[in-house]
Amino acid sequence: MRKSAYTVASATLAVFLLGGAAMADQQAAVNAGEVNVYSYRQPFLIQPMFDAFTRDTGVKVNVVFAPKGLVERLKQEGANSPADLIFTVDIGRLTDAYEAGVTQPVETASLTNAIPQSFRQDNGHWYGLTQRARILYASKERVSPEDAPKTYEELADPKWAGRICTRSGSHVYQVALTSAMIAHYGEARAEDWLRGVKANLARKPQGNDRAQVKAIKEGECDISLGNNYYFGKMLQNEEQFAWAQSVYPVFPTLGGDGTHVNISGMALTKASPNKDNAVRLMEFLTGNLAQQMYSEQNFEYPIVAGVPEAGLLRSMGELSADSLDLDEVAAHRKAAIKLVDKVGYND
Amino acid sequence: MSSTTIDMAHSPARARSGRVWLFGGALVAVLVAAPLIAITVLALFPSENIWGHLISTVLPRHSWNTLVLMFGNGLGVFVIGTTTAWLTSTCRFPGRRTFEWALLLPLAVPAYIVAFVYTDILEFAGPVQGVLRDMFGWTSARDYWFPDIRTMGGAIFVMSFVLYPYVYLLARASFQEQSAVLLEVSRTLGRGPWQTFFHVALPLARPAIVVGVALALMETLADFGTVDFFAVNTLTRSVFNVWLGMGNAGGAAQIALVMLGFVLLVIAFERIGRRGRQYHQTTNRYIATPQHELRGLRAVAAILACFIPVAVGFLVPAGVLLRHSIVFFDQSWNADFFGFARNSLLLAAIAAVAVIAVAVFLAYGQRLSRSRSFTMLARISILGYAVPGAVLAVGVLIPLARFDNAVDAFMRDWFGISTGLLLSGTIFALVFAYVVRFLAVGFGAVESSLGQVRPTMDMAARSLGAGPGRTLWRIHMPLVRGSLLAGATIVFVDTMKELPATLILRPFNFDTLATHVYQFASDELLEQSALSALTIVAAGIVPVVLLSRAMNRPRRGGRALTPIEAGLTDSR
Repeated sequence: MRKSAYTVASATLAVFLLGGAAMADQQAAVNAGEVNVYSYRQPFLIQPMFDAFTRDTGVKVNVVFAPKGLVERLKQEGANSPADLIFTVDIGRLTDAYEAGVTQPVETASLTNAIPQSFRQDNGHWYGLTQRARILYASKERVSPEDAPKTYEELADPKWAGRICTRSGSHVYQVALTSAMIAHYGEARAEDWLRGVKANLARKPQGNDRAQVKAIKEGECDISLGNNYYFGKMLQNEEQFAWAQSVYPVFPTLGGDGTHVNISGMALTKASPNKDNAVRLMEFLTGNLAQQMYSEQNFEYPIVAGVPEAGLLRSMGELSADSLDLDEVAAHRKAAIKLVDKVGYND
Repeated sequence: MSSTTIDMAHSPARARSGRVWLFGGALVAVLVAAPLIAITVLALFPSENIWGHLISTVLPRHSWNTLVLMFGNGLGVFVIGTTTAWLTSTCRFPGRRTFEWALLLPLAVPAYIVAFVYTDILEFAGPVQGVLRDMFGWTSARDYWFPDIRTMGGAIFVMSFVLYPYVYLLARASFQEQSAVLLEVSRTLGRGPWQTFFHVALPLARPAIVVGVALALMETLADFGTVDFFAVNTLTRSVFNVWLGMGNAGGAAQIALVMLGFVLLVIAFERIGRRGRQYHQTTNRYIATPQHELRGLRAVAAILACFIPVAVGFLVPAGVLLRHSIVFFDQSWNADFFGFARNSLLLAAIAAVAVIAVAVFLAYGQRLSRSRSFTMLARISILGYAVPGAVLAVGVLIPLARFDNAVDAFMRDWFGISTGLLLSGTIFALVFAYVVRFLAVGFGAVESSLGQVRPTMDMAARSLGAGPGRTLWRIHMPLVRGSLLAGATIVFVDTMKELPATLILRPFNFDTLATHVYQFASDELLEQSALSALTIVAAGIVPVVLLSRAMNRPRRGGRALTPIEAGLTDSR
């Protein structure tokens, strides 16, 4: 029995040591002026930019990545939260953070100059980092460029019956597109459109954007919706290269305007303990170097005017983005989700 | 398990010491229940009332899907678990001794990885359909029919083969504990092996099987990874749509409470299933269970029946991971790998000890108190097992952050120093979450094995002057050690696999094997983290095999060690 007493004692000790070490770490990170980030983006996508920042300034960046729950964590941690910045992959979450009251406004000349007004919150509660276009992928074999849909509206046309694949309608990227549809046409017509698309689906919504392209390659469907950067990502991947090779990108327009875009973005937290360095990081990421790195490594469109986009992006075609204000898109997202439920898009 | 109460009021000192246990137990129960209470409170204040919308749209369908999934999984784990348990414990056929432990292996593989692997293999683009197309010259999906893996059926298939070990584990222990005499009597009275199984063994094992099925059903309810991957719209998925899409944590908590309704269904099922079936061993005579020799076709059938679950639940997924690990070794292998592994192992070990310690406290407090309210409290505190991990994580955040901020405010007011967040965002928060999540497993193991220790033991010890603490330490602990070990093992393996709560609650720059795998798997790049995934599996195998061996070893006094007779068991 003595043995188990030891086990219990040493385990307890381990908890305290580990916990203590982690706490000390956390405290030290706050004190040393390190920048702490809560990120909805996979860290391997943003780490190179953080590393560049650290090389430049000597300031370390610490990250917690989670696909959900970070806004709740900020909210609960309140004034003592160690986080300085929150990163998201879409406008919806960014707005969630703002509406939850966990962000603070920040305005510096370099930020406001770099980022167009439609890609930042009016008071500086959040800033866009990159643009991603929600485009169409069409089968090279079965859809000729002349026939390919020129607009999102056409996706509801019965001539595409059984030929379209998308991911879950409840996913933030799909929700943003439906929101944009509502912003352009109002709820009733957006609902008709969603029903039309649903009726044209070749299969129940499943998988992510890459999986849809894969389905095209395998002949399950002919047209899919997906973010533009997946094209580059797939070309880089040994196995997925063939998927990308089977399709070509199409930039459809919405409401006679441009292609629907979403942003990845960042916000300064209300409790930010190292505000100065956090703002430095924000400025660094909207600087030319980081913007170019983003574009070249992740195939996203730079949000700062004048920064050259990656060669591959240029080869995919010209992006002319929908001029709709992103705040508008965010404003309709709850209505969009309800529509998705209402038409039973995912069933 | 007589109903004799333990009289603790002989001397004031002892009464006090008894109260310490009661009070301590109750305190622990309240602490563990705090996140669940926080979720309930959250549900009372949604940012927008969306009930009308949900009821008129997705709720009925998603509830129905949840029911179908539970029914399918329940049936699946029952059939697979009971069959394999019966074969390995009462029949003799080639490979039986290997199957005994191999059948537990699927426990070590995270369900979301199994889902990923099977989608890869069986979907339209996968090798199986590819080969079929080549063979028959089909070109597109319209040329032939093939069952779609990303459906309800696929989810039931995968989850049944991952969760059946819970039933197998419990059913086998029960079959082994059944007095050999009973089965022999049945046979000598002219019953065949089938009749003996259906009329004697199965009814006797019913309580154990029901507990196993209940555990699997709770896991089913809490699962998000698999159903999300298979696009099966269950209540768990609605929870996340409402929470993440609409930013309505309160609304999500409300759906989570609807799910608790399903848990009550499971508990009711479990109670009814066990009603009046508290049988006691009347004899300590343990004869090695009679081995019914199987030959020829029967032996082949038995081998297949045992091999298929092992192959589907373990060999195929582990094989695919192994292949990816080798092909993508350069990308999988990096300097951080050992760090991830260390974090995973350490967390799992700490969680295992913590869960068992809390479980002992609760179960012993319950044994001493024999009060209904204490029992109720204990029951509530183990409900965390059926709550989706991410929701539970938010439940954990709330009380911890409240505590931290209260301490901070107090210290600022009185001493002018800020303590910041003491517990939130630390390892402690993670371990706390694991305790809340997996207490059901540990508590079930401890409670049921303590229940087998006769109250007369307590009385003897107490009348000889030992207090309740000493009695626990010197008498009960040695007797129930095996069950504690089994419970700790399952918690260890479960913690290794746990993902959603770990993601949300972990400290900065802190990755475990599971979170590392997720980063890539969520981007359809599982290959690049296959090595970490394989390590999760490998780390799970060792304790699982040890557990199996421990269960086989007959204990002094005559019977094999009680396995984890887990979750929601009522020893009275």
